[in-house]
Amino acid sequence: MPIHSAGRDVGSAAAPSFVLDRRQAVPALIGRHQDFLIVTGLAGTSRDIAMLTDDGAHTYTMAGAMGGASMIGLGLALARQDKQVLVVRGDGELLMNVGSLATIAVLNPPNLSIVCVDNGHYGETGYQRSHTSLGVDLEKIAAASGIKRTLAIEQETELAAGARLIREGNGASFVLLRVKPTEPPAYKRDLDPATCRTRLRGANVWAA
Amino acid sequence: MQAEGAQVAANAKPMSWQDEVYDLLRRHDVTQFAYVPDAGHRILIDRSLADPSVQSVALTTEEEGVALLAGADLGGARGVLLMQSSGVGNCINMLSLIEAGRFPFLALISMRGDFGEGNPWQYPMGKACAPVLEAMGVTCLRSESPDDVLATVTAALTMVFQAGRAVAVLFTQKLLGAKKF
Repeated sequence: MPIHSAGRDVGSAAAPSFVLDRRQAVPALIGRHQDFLIVTGLAGTSRDIAMLTDDGAHTYTMAGAMGGASMIGLGLALARQDKQVLVVRGDGELLMNVGSLATIAVLNPPNLSIVCVDNGHYGETGYQRSHTSLGVDLEKIAAASGIKRTLAIEQETELAAGARLIREGNGASFVLLRVKPTEPPAYKRDLDPATCRTRLRGANVWAA
Repeated sequence: MQAEGAQVAANAKPMSWQDEVYDLLRRHDVTQFAYVPDAGHRILIDRSLADPSVQSVALTTEEEGVALLAGADLGGARGVLLMQSSGVGNCINMLSLIEAGRFPFLALISMRGDFGEGNPWQYPMGKACAPVLEAMGVTCLRSESPDDVLATVTAALTMVFQAGRAVAVLFTQKLLGAKKF
């Protein structure tokens, strides 16, 4: 029996499949994006959401401060209990702060959903494999952290259940969306975090 | 009647400066209290846990609190991050969000590794705390006595929520007392 070191053999029978295309799967999962205030991580997920919303004023997309997306979402969800808040972040960004799942599970805000677009790779830096293609299961980590409603999606037929889960609004939820490691949409969004702050607040705080 | 009132006042436990700081934060509409459990901030943390009109957020690491406060601001709410000087080291890259996004940011920091510290492990971050915060765009104010702490926190509240700055108030060990080993 060979000793399996991480990354060399993760057991083919149990290996998750990364087959969905994010350019179709993310829009299908989210649906009417105007129903949410959306916070994204950096790189791929920011481009998924900028393309979907045309860099909308109901989004805050990051390009740095890696690991912060879920906690920005939590602060926003606690401040705006009248809105459903959606966090969309990649596997690499979530791996940088898995503890935030524990923090969120303990508070269990009714209006916060997290979608992790998991392509098993660090796309922005040249598609190096991430821990999730080496055996780490972020949906199980979310569930073990105490988030009561979690779902892993690998096929198109499972998207509808995920779309319902992120809209339920009766407790924090977590959806792991496994996708193949292909390019996110090409979209030139506003990269200035101060402009994006003013834009979101202007449309949703001062206007409220 | 007067004598009886005076007797009650004499028997009442005097309000601690930490209680006064909590009330000051509440009067300035601070509603999100984020922290990693800490002895120096015990009263503020316990008051937030007992207050149904605020959100008391226990973190796994202090950098989560930096991002939380940015999110609070996006939603039009005010927050404060309570942490020890060692926790400042866990926040550095996340403070990019505050500086580049021009988010208001308030931190109250219980110092270790300064006046009378007996634990050598606390000195590196104790010494580096203010320099690294300043390097990341956070203005540091120090309080060394219960006589100046309210004025210092009041100044910080104005700087943060009126002028939109990032400010940390350092509660020194001269103020808090050094932990005994």
